[in-house]
Amino acid sequence: MASGIRDRVAILGMGCSRFGERWSDNAEDLMLEAFGGALADAGIEKSKIEAAWLGVCLEENNVGKTAGPLAQGLRLPFIAATRVENACATGTEALRGAVYAVAAGACDIALALGVEKLKDTGYGGLPVRTRGVVADLWQPNASAPGAFAQLASAYQAKYGISREDLKRAMAHVSVKSHDNAVLNPKAHLRNKITIDDVLKAQIIADPLGLYDCCGVSDGAACAIVTTPEIAKAMGRRDIVTVKALQLAVSNGEEAQFDSWDGASVRTAEVAAARAYKEAGIANPREALDLIEVHDCFSITELVLMENLGLSDPGRAPFDILEGRYDRDGAIPCQVDGGLKCFGHPIGASGLRMVYEIYQQVLGRAGERQLGKADIGLTQNLGGHPHQNVCAISIIGRLGA
Amino acid sequence: MNTNDKAAAARGILAVGGYLPRLRLSREAVAAGHRWMAPGLRALAKGARSMANWDEDAVSMAVEAGRDALRAAGGDHVDRLTLASTTLPFADRLNSAVVAGALGLPSKVEAADTGGGLRAGSSALLRALQRSAGRELVIGSDRRIPTPASSAELLAGDGAAAILVGEGDPLAVLLGAASVTADFVDHFRETGRNGDYAWEERWVRDEGFSRIVPPSIKRALDAAGLNAEQIDHFVMPELLRRVGPLVAKKAGVRPEAVVDSLFERCGDTGVAHPLMMLARTLTMAGPGQKILVVQFGSGCDAIVLETTDRASGSDAEPAWLGAGQPESNYLKYLSFTGQIDLEWGMRAEMDSKTALSAAWRSVATVNGFVGGRCSHCGTVQFPASRVCVNPECGAVDSQTPHRMADEAATVRSFTSDWLSYKPCPPFMFGHVEFASRARVLMEFTDCDPAELAVGVPLEMVFRIKEMDPLRGFRRYFWKATPQRKAGE
Repeated sequence: MASGIRDRVAILGMGCSRFGERWSDNAEDLMLEAFGGALADAGIEKSKIEAAWLGVCLEENNVGKTAGPLAQGLRLPFIAATRVENACATGTEALRGAVYAVAAGACDIALALGVEKLKDTGYGGLPVRTRGVVADLWQPNASAPGAFAQLASAYQAKYGISREDLKRAMAHVSVKSHDNAVLNPKAHLRNKITIDDVLKAQIIADPLGLYDCCGVSDGAACAIVTTPEIAKAMGRRDIVTVKALQLAVSNGEEAQFDSWDGASVRTAEVAAARAYKEAGIANPREALDLIEVHDCFSITELVLMENLGLSDPGRAPFDILEGRYDRDGAIPCQVDGGLKCFGHPIGASGLRMVYEIYQQVLGRAGERQLGKADIGLTQNLGGHPHQNVCAISIIGRLGA
Repeated sequence: MNTNDKAAAARGILAVGGYLPRLRLSREAVAAGHRWMAPGLRALAKGARSMANWDEDAVSMAVEAGRDALRAAGGDHVDRLTLASTTLPFADRLNSAVVAGALGLPSKVEAADTGGGLRAGSSALLRALQRSAGRELVIGSDRRIPTPASSAELLAGDGAAAILVGEGDPLAVLLGAASVTADFVDHFRETGRNGDYAWEERWVRDEGFSRIVPPSIKRALDAAGLNAEQIDHFVMPELLRRVGPLVAKKAGVRPEAVVDSLFERCGDTGVAHPLMMLARTLTMAGPGQKILVVQFGSGCDAIVLETTDRASGSDAEPAWLGAGQPESNYLKYLSFTGQIDLEWGMRAEMDSKTALSAAWRSVATVNGFVGGRCSHCGTVQFPASRVCVNPECGAVDSQTPHRMADEAATVRSFTSDWLSYKPCPPFMFGHVEFASRARVLMEFTDCDPAELAVGVPLEMVFRIKEMDPLRGFRRYFWKATPQRKAGE
């Protein structure tokens, strides 16, 4: 029985571009910005990197289908480079490639980089796209907000909560993330908003209003990973390791079978249970100092609090309103501003979440630094609530 | 003589069905839009005309009328399907093959499209009645798009009607008929165009209706061995307002026998209309009644029928003739009919190209709404798959076809999405649970956002899923609509 990858891989360096409407930049510029930061942080020469994984989801947006643009943009010296894509969980997928390569002993130092140039699509929100020639024959071509709004109607029905009460808890989610982003120079949206702003915003997909939806941005994030032994040999004292890296993918049960309640993300429950086990965490409510979850929509963050085992079923709206996930709450969530304020350049988001945990653990988060930050979780979701891929990482101090 | 004995041996009309789109466009709203340039349209600005939703066409309406008739027949055995229309969406792709699939008819059914003029429906009915054997479902369906500000725009409506003909225990039998063919061009429409070109109404009335129809009626009555006063129901669509009583008088039919042309309720539904008026008449007529069906157009059809003891003499209007949903937005009508291009934004640019090879593999799934029922554990799943979705089962190649089109269902979750492109926003969709416990993420249609709630009962309707204007293709699938009582 495999023992998992807990503490077998260390993060040597990370970088993250400023996220936002980067009208004057190509994907290559964003990649270099993130990579430059990671390389400087790692304190190594580019030539030490032996293999690379590039996460890009919508290949049609400037980046291309292979990892070639990464190799060319960074002028990597003919190393192995692979492009990966797993819907909105693409960023974490790139990290998985690099981490597993190091854990397997296939290489000593590997690179994971995620990037997306969403602002060249011309859309508000994600572009419409085909679901495949067979699915298009019968599946509704649901927008992301429309698909995630399903969670809200099912949640209301399951727990007997009114639309107004749920909207208020969802509004708290967004207001909290904007408050956090004010402190983050890399975030796209750095303005405070009020509960009233959220409640009165234009409806996008009922009950989700404009401020229940994450932003649309360009961005890149990057990690260089190695073994803890090599990191130590390089003189590192404060070593951040990967405690767990798990991925769960829907098999059609939620969409087609009668056991799913429609008010939860099943894959998150499965992936979280496996991740806690891999990381040796018995009680995540006590163990986790901070979390970065896939808040593509406020309702997603809300139900995820339950699916990650942090709120009891039906209690997330109350825990949220009581400030449990605020900056100064028991388990701060999205202290960097989240997808809500970073936007969601798809390939980059999973790595951007890890970047925040990494910065917090190392005590480098500046104005937004939390008091205790030894161990954190990221959760990155691709697809729709009824059919998706869910990636979870647990990142923390070596020995924590 | 006991008419029942005669009926049991006879071929005749076994069941009827009808369908009107839910929307009823106010004629006042249409006339108001044109008042600046055609104030005379005010004379026609009464009542409402039926208006197809953006996702309806002659094919989808035909499916609903056909389902109504087959439900009434209490069985779906059909040997032959004839779809009559002047507005079939495909000039070359058998439109009735789509309808046959949606009705769940087996592939051995003989399906044919017929058109070419407003008599297509009445002539198809007559041929079905005159055949020697076999069950034939005749469906008339039309969604005409007249030129804005023409009187036809106000007179026409969208709809479909279906008549099932065969041996058994008929509602009515054929007594006699006559047809005349004449290249009398009161109006015409070039293939592929919208909008008729019509000649002066007085000429159509005096030289067309008045001279061509009465001799045909006479011949039909002679064949039936009846005289005109014996007709109880005179069924003739009014291509011109009030032409019915005029023709009835000339033919010697009693004025009280003239059947309501449904102008107030839906307007003239083209090829469907004689069948629709007949379907309504047969729903309400008592036994032993004589019905004369007349359709004018490049000549005339006259069909004389007699109801059997099975005719119930009900006072209740057929359910499909309900009041519908009032619509007073003429711009919406223009947009639904493709007569104005609105700014729909980039999301409308998505290419909806259909992979025809994939469509063929999925033809039962998509046209027939056929899922799979696992023969090991009983789980119904849509679409059918090689491996059963039940995690406790997982049987391979265990599924048998399971049609879901006629199964009751409820809403499990929903949204009204203003971001997605749909020709009638908001895009409403959600998870639907069927009586068989199968679950499908589906579009809702003919639905107001306020009607959606978890647990709301649904029924399935066959609709256009996406249009592909680039290639002139359209694909169909089933959508869910809130169950409504008759008239809602």
